[in-house]
Parts: sequence; structure tokens; C-alpha cells
Amino acid sequence: MQSTLSQPQKAALQTKTETISGSEAVLRAMVAEGVYTIFGYPGGAIMPIYDALYDYNDKLEHILVRHEQGGIHAAQGFARSSGKVGVVFATSGPGATNLVTGLADAMIDSTPLVCITGQVFAHLLGTDAFQETDVINITTPVTKWNYQVTDATEIPSVLAKAFYIAKSGRPGPVLIDITKNAQLQQFEYEGYKPCDHIRSYRPKPVVRKEYVEEAAKLINAAERPFVIFGQGVILGKAEKEFMQFIEKAGIPTAWTIMGMSAIPTDHPLAVGMLGMHGNYGPNVLTNECDVLIAVGMRFDDRVTGRLDKYAKQAKVIHLDIDPAEIDKNVKTTVPVWGDCKETLPMLTELIDQKVYPQWLKRFRDFEQEEINTCIEPELHPSSDVMTMGEVIRTLNELTNGEAIVVTDVGQHQMVACRYAKFNQSKSNITSGGLGTMGFALPAAIGAKYGAPDRTVVAVIGDGGFQMTLQELGTIMQFDVDIKILILNNQFLGMVRQWQQLFHDRRYSFVNITSPDFVQVAKGYHIEGNSINERKDLKSALETMLNHKGAYLLEVMVGKENNVFPMVPQGCSVAEIRLK
Amino acid sequence: MSKQEYTITVYTENQIGLLNRIAIIFSRRKINIESLNTSPSEAEGIHRFTIVINETEDVVKKLTRQIEKQVDVLKAYYNTSDEIVWQELALYKVSTDEIAEKVKVERLLREYGARAVVIRKDYTVFETTGHREETDRLVKVLEPYGLIEFVRSARVAIIKASKGFHEKLKEFEQREPGEELVENEYLDRQEEVFTM
Ligand SMILES: Cc1ncc(C[n+]2csc(CCOP(=O)(O)OP(=O)(O)O)c2C)c(N)n1
Repeated sequence: MQSTLSQPQKAALQTKTETISGSEAVLRAMVAEGVYTIFGYPGGAIMPIYDALYDYNDKLEHILVRHEQGGIHAAQGFARSSGKVGVVFATSGPGATNLVTGLADAMIDSTPLVCITGQVFAHLLGTDAFQETDVINITTPVTKWNYQVTDATEIPSVLAKAFYIAKSGRPGPVLIDITKNAQLQQFEYEGYKPCDHIRSYRPKPVVRKEYVEEAAKLINAAERPFVIFGQGVILGKAEKEFMQFIEKAGIPTAWTIMGMSAIPTDHPLAVGMLGMHGNYGPNVLTNECDVLIAVGMRFDDRVTGRLDKYAKQAKVIHLDIDPAEIDKNVKTTVPVWGDCKETLPMLTELIDQKVYPQWLKRFRDFEQEEINTCIEPELHPSSDVMTMGEVIRTLNELTNGEAIVVTDVGQHQMVACRYAKFNQSKSNITSGGLGTMGFALPAAIGAKYGAPDRTVVAVIGDGGFQMTLQELGTIMQFDVDIKILILNNQFLGMVRQWQQLFHDRRYSFVNITSPDFVQVAKGYHIEGNSINERKDLKSALETMLNHKGAYLLEVMVGKENNVFPMVPQGCSVAEIRLK
Repeated sequence: MSKQEYTITVYTENQIGLLNRIAIIFSRRKINIESLNTSPSEAEGIHRFTIVINETEDVVKKLTRQIEKQVDVLKAYYNTSDEIVWQELALYKVSTDEIAEKVKVERLLREYGARAVVIRKDYTVFETTGHREETDRLVKVLEPYGLIEFVRSARVAIIKASKGFHEKLKEFEQREPGEELVENEYLDRQEEVFTM
């Protein structure tokens, strides 16, 4: 409908303002952006915001974590399971510096976050005031964007910008540092206008049709094409478009650890995981394909191994939203800039419907070899000692691929990612790029808030669990229904594996002792159990999954088991070892 | 690929902290910045960085993309020295007595294109502009006469062949929020945009 208001009338309407505080403006921005869950920890410099939060009880749920690192990992888990922006509040100084690990993790894994940190009064900036830290400079390398607010009038537009930047284009963490005076300051509030444009920011490059056409030509002429994909498919919400593409193209498809679960693990074209502990076939055949189609992935060194020996024979098509990723590590033949939700259908349209039975069979042959040498012994071990693999296999049987699996970092992470089965997207949540131990427990809390109807299982090593186990307190206080599965090998397993293989078994400080985890959980009023015999595995897992509320299950597994296959550091992916 | 001198030109928003963000792109890769100048541009609210480094083209291309990826950066270009017109400013402080006694000042001024900026009883300050070798020549000449102080500015540069980024900037300025963006089209077309 055409507006009948005159220009001055409209202007008059727009200038209808009300007086509110900077803190209130922060919370109104949250509500306007559709935020309903905030993870955080209060302190002096953010008290005005917490004070305002007291009145927003009905609109915003605040989860009090036990450590700011837990808060930001929870926000990451929330973002990863929901596809929305995760939000964290922290106070100045130590509160803010405790966010740094999570920021670095979110930055490298492209997770959309908005972090609000309190800061000392503006007139104290630079005076080494109590709990003053130069948060902007500390977090610059680990944020997509950051900004310090010293005047409340800036808050609505800066927060609108923050959300827009965090979630658009290649997502990432944004940090807004707000001085205490700005939080307290009363100002004329003119309402919240979401941001959808910033002069200097181009979230998506313009799609070039000629490149899409060139890519289609290469694919149509290929004899041994191979698709590899990363989290870009999930971040772009392009799972359907991706599936249509591979199904029409008929091309064998492998995922990176971050792309995992974007297509069902059992899809007929799925050939497994790439990388250092990925599957045998996809790694070896990367160096035999003639056209390599990389979708939303960034050729991390854990995926490529030695770059000078990576897919040298192949023509490379790289689809990515971030132009800086093109040619960064692997030289492309055809770059397809853009959001893959847009570019994939264009490509699908232009390619021929095909199948490559011979070529796909090569992957299956390698798979068989891997099954015989590694997978079978791992999933159905003949010795009495339990393996991590059989725990995951049994978990799969009980969850039917419907659970969200949040993993920490180490051997259990690689085993879980190798063997977990998924039917839905956004089901595999792990710290891919940074490899942050201590990630899983808080991230699982966040994942549950992001996807309350789904079963969330955190798979954690005995080492990593002890890095953030204080978050059991959060679980207790907020009744967070997550299942904690500790795979205890009584070692910092992954480091031990490297010491065994590359340092002559000199086990230097990898022998870690643990408390009685079940007793610890009990202290937090969380039920639990510990088992070390195979005969108890299935029922113990069943009990855990059927339990109403949080549950901790410790499974004692083989002390010196190794994760194979493995591409040793500095080797080409084709040199992947099966044992 | 061999290393050579590249001049990177970056158009940015005038934002606190952006210098740091850009500097980090070099420092985290352990790349030394030979010269860095930042100043307002002809368009209001838009700043211009001129950064000189010694690197291979491959690295420079990646760096420019990383710079351009920063939220507050509008555009980043890189050029070799023959694709730009560039100058540096140098100031030379010498003892007035010394120089008046021993040097034919007029010749010096004429031959080296220098200009006296300040003449005091105790010292005189000369200024020249030019390429490094040019401003260096006067240092050599003045050194024997007790050069008290010498300072050289960072490089400022204008790209010979760019088809008026000024026009583009005005477009940036005018664009209403929310409109579809159509930049980036020059991303891999450096050659076309800059061929002379
Ligand atoms: C914060 C942090 N510190 C150190 C490391 C190095 N690191 C990688 S894996 C690993 C061992 C993990 O041991 P555990 O949690 O017991 O898991 P496991 O490998 O035994 O499954 C270590 C120490 C890391 N990734 N993150």
C-alpha cells in the first residue's frame, strides 16, 4: 500500500523517541535480532547490562556458565546446532580475555557469534584502571570485526552492524566492547533498525556465470571427477542444493571434518572423510582424480598434507564465498565465487546426468581394504580391551544417526568423526580448525539450547574433560539434558600416539590421572556410571540415553590404541598409512 | 617467483583500530613493511593506505585479498613500481653557519631540486621530494657538512592506470543502504583495470 504520509509527517513519526539507557538498548537489540538465549558471566564492568537483564527475564534466557571460556564454547555449540548467531556476555579484563580461545576457535571455524564485553569508564581508558584490558587489540586477530562503544547513542547501529557482520557472508565472531558509562548513559532511542548493508563490506562476491559455465564444462568432460566439501555447505544452508548437485553429477563425494553430516553418512555417493585421520580411498584417490570439485572448504593442511604433492594431476574447481580462499593453498583452474546456495543450482543446471561405476568402485575397493585392516578390528575387536570405535558403533546402533555428537579434541574426536553415523545436517559439532581441548562439554550445553528436541552426546577424552569440567555446574543449575560420554584411555592419547610413532615411544608427560568422574558428577547431582567391560557397554549406553536429564558415562578403553589410517605429518595424502 | 617491490593501495573507512587490523595481516606472516602511509583521501570519510613491501606477486595477491576481506576496507590494489607515480618527502637539517660558509647553496638548491623550508641562525632545513635514490643523493652531499638530522616520509603513490577510483568512491558514498552490491568485479581482473 502506498503511504499517504507526507515527507515531513514521516520525519515527525521517525523522530518520536524515548529515553533509555545504553544497557537497555543492548537488550532491545538482542530481542530485535531474535536472540532468546545468552551465555554469560557478570562482573563490575558489565553490571549495568546485567541489571537491565533482570527485567528481560521473559524475553531473554541467560545461562550462567562457570567460566567465560565455557560461555563462548556454549555459544559456539548453540550457533552450530541451530544455524543462528550465538551470543555471549562477559565483563572487562579477565572476563574478556577468557573469551580469546573461543574467539580463535569460532574465527577459524567460521562460527557466527556476537560477544558483548563490558569495559571500564571511557575516561579511564588507557590508565591501567581496575580490570582494564585492551580488549579490542587483543581480539583483533581473532574476530571478523570488533568495535569499542564509548557513547550509548552508537549502540543500536553498532549492534545491528555486529549481527549483520557475524552472520552474513562467511560467518565469524564479532566482539563489541562497551564502556560502563555508555551502558549507564540515558539517550534518545529512535528504535532498532537491522543492518543489511555496509559500504565497505561485501559479504558475497558477485557470481560470474562464465566461471560456472567453465566449471560445468570441466565436470562434463571429466572421467574421474571427485567432490570434496566442507562446512560451507552447512553455513550456506545449501544441503539440498548440494545433494541435487552430486546426485545429478553422480560423483563420489567426501567431506572434511567440518562438512560432516551435511549429507547422510550412508549416502550411496558418500566415500567418507578426508584428511590426516580420514578414510583411505578419498585420501589416496585425491591424487588420481582428474577434476577435483571443492565446495565450501578451505584446503586446511590437515586435509591436504603436503601441498606440493596434493592433487597435482587434477583440474581444480573451487566454490567459495570468501574470495581470499581462492588460490590460498591450492591453485584453482576455475574459481566459482559466491554463496554455494546460489552457485550450486546454477552448476547443477548445466551438468550432464552421469554415473561413474568404475571410478566409484575404486573407492569401494579401498574401503574394503580399510575395513579389513582398520575398521573391523576397531569396531569389532577380538581382544578384551574395549576400543573407542566399538563404543561409537554401539552408540550409532542406539541413536540411529539422529543424535548430535559433540566431540572434544584428540583420538576420541577422530574416532567419533570416523565412525559416527548421521542422518541430519548440523549433527557433528567439533573444534576443527583450532583443535581446542575443553571445547566439547560447554559446546554440548550450547548445542542442546540450539536444538532442544535432539539428543546431544558429548564425546570427550579424560584429558579434555578436565579442562572445562566446571561446566558440570552449569548443567546442574539449568538442568541441561546432555549425555557425557568419557572415553578414558588414561593418557593424553593423541599426543601419546605421536610420541609412539614419531618420538620412539618416549611418553613425555602424557600419562594423566583422573578423579573418579562418576563421583565428581555426583557432586554436581548428575547421575553417572563407569564401565570397563564389553558386556556392559550396550546397556550402559542405553541407560545413559534413556535417562531423563544429564548423565555421565565413563568407558574405560584400551590404553595404547592408535587411530588409523593416518597421513603422517609432512607426507602426501596418498602416503596414508593403514597401520 | 622472485620478490620485488610492490605498492599496495588500500581504500578504507576511517575507523579506529583498522591500522592494527591491516598491520596484523603482514606481521602474522612475518612480512616486513618497508613503508606505510595513511591519510584521508579525496572522498570524505575514506582513508587511503599506501604500503610498500618486498614480496613475490603470489604472496602480494593473497595479502591484498586478505586486506580486502576486512570489513572496513573498500578496495585494495597492488602495483609494481612502474605502474605507479610515487614520491617521498625528505627533510634535511644542517648547521646554517657551516652551510653558508662552505657550500654554494643556490647550486645545491638548483641541482637537487631542494627548497629551504626554515632558515634560522643555528640551522637550516631543506626539503626535497622524489624517489629514494634522488633524496639519498642530497644526503650524500650534505653529510660532509654535518647533517644534524634527516627524515624521510613514507611513500605516497598514485596508480597510473586506474580508471578513476574516485568515481567508484562517489558511488560508494551515494549508495543507499540495502541496495544490492555489485563490486568485486575487478578481483581477478587486475590486468584489464590497470593496463596502460
Ligand atoms: C587446549 C589444548 N591443549 C593442548 C592440546 C594438544 N592436544 C591435542 S590432543 C591432546 C590429547 C587429548 O587427550 P584426551 O583428552 O585424553 O583425549 P584422547 O586423545 O586420549 O582421546 C592434546 C594434549 C590441544 N589440542 N588443546
